[in-house]
Amino acid sequence: MNYIFYFLIVVSIIAGAINGRLDAVVNSILSGAELSVKVAFSLIGIMAFWLGMMKIADKCGLITIIAKLIKPITKKLFDEVPENSPAIGDIAMSFSANAFGLTNAATPIGIKAMEELQKHNKDKNSASNAMCMFLAMNTAGFQLIPATVIAVLISIGYKNPTEIIAPTLLVTSIAFLSAIILAKIFQNFWQPQQSTSPLEKQKSDGGKNSVN
Amino acid sequence: MFQKFMQIISLWALPAILILILTMGLFKKVPLYETFTDGAKDGFKVAINIIPYLVAIIVGISMFRASGIIEMISNFCSPVLSHFNVPADTIPVMLVRPLSGSAALGVFSDIAHNLGPDAYATKLAAVMIGSSETTFYVLAVYFGAVGISKLRYALIVGLLADAISILAAIAVCNLMF
Repeated sequence: MNYIFYFLIVVSIIAGAINGRLDAVVNSILSGAELSVKVAFSLIGIMAFWLGMMKIADKCGLITIIAKLIKPITKKLFDEVPENSPAIGDIAMSFSANAFGLTNAATPIGIKAMEELQKHNKDKNSASNAMCMFLAMNTAGFQLIPATVIAVLISIGYKNPTEIIAPTLLVTSIAFLSAIILAKIFQNFWQPQQSTSPLEKQKSDGGKNSVN
Repeated sequence: MFQKFMQIISLWALPAILILILTMGLFKKVPLYETFTDGAKDGFKVAINIIPYLVAIIVGISMFRASGIIEMISNFCSPVLSHFNVPADTIPVMLVRPLSGSAALGVFSDIAHNLGPDAYATKLAAVMIGSSETTFYVLAVYFGAVGISKLRYALIVGLLADAISILAAIAVCNLMF
């Protein structure tokens, strides 16, 4: 993340200077900062609503039932998360919300899933394999109907906007499957997480380094 | 037919989930109102927690877009990509899509309005927009919410998946339209 942050800012300034758009680059700092707070604030209400609903779903056992239903799939994808963890149910609900284009519900539920995954994370600063897998599933943006795109097409008088659905669905499925496969491949050769909790460390060292 | 069916599902998915959660809660004698407000309390906290992460990413991306670098890359790539039947107008779509959802939709609307419904570029851009997600935003929000700063391979996988989605969109559109 350090390099990305450096790259985005320094390259933008240099490119802005070359293109004679340095003033626009500097102004975009303010507008970008404003936009981030707007985005965060616009999340508060809907976030509170879905976190409240999800708490009820959690307490009445619905999340556990969903988690059990999709266990055969999630066991393979999220192998380090305990089978009956609410994280699995949250992931399933967030994924379904995304698939049906309910972005407003998908983000809060997805964040809750991340919080559940964080409970099983060995190193609280770095992303666990399960988190990377969940992110990979999300960034591929699997959606059954691209509603906003269709709305734009209708607005320009596109005769048959639904013909876009089949190719989009095909492409998004390809991207989604490759994201999962890539996450699995990377998981195997990427340097494993270092455990930060002393208790875990003892366990993984077989108790050899008990004075640590 | 499929479209009609999907519209009904999209319309009813949310209400159905709400009815299911509340009915099951009532049935299991969960104190609905107290549990709801208890869970909702965290909404504010989570939204405030992600602000630093959002500021870092969104400011960086705003600067990147304002710098004109996307146009530079577009101009550089267009002769190569036109060999593969990729219209130059769609290159900004590919570059902006992982960075900003609203900006990508803006670029797409622009293409759609200027080139019209019959242009191949409109169709290709539509498929590209519809089949991908704003990778950087998802990363900032989800990892920001739990305070994770070491992404490990998450970004690489996200961007590779975006690249695959672009290639697939080009291939599928070439075959279908």
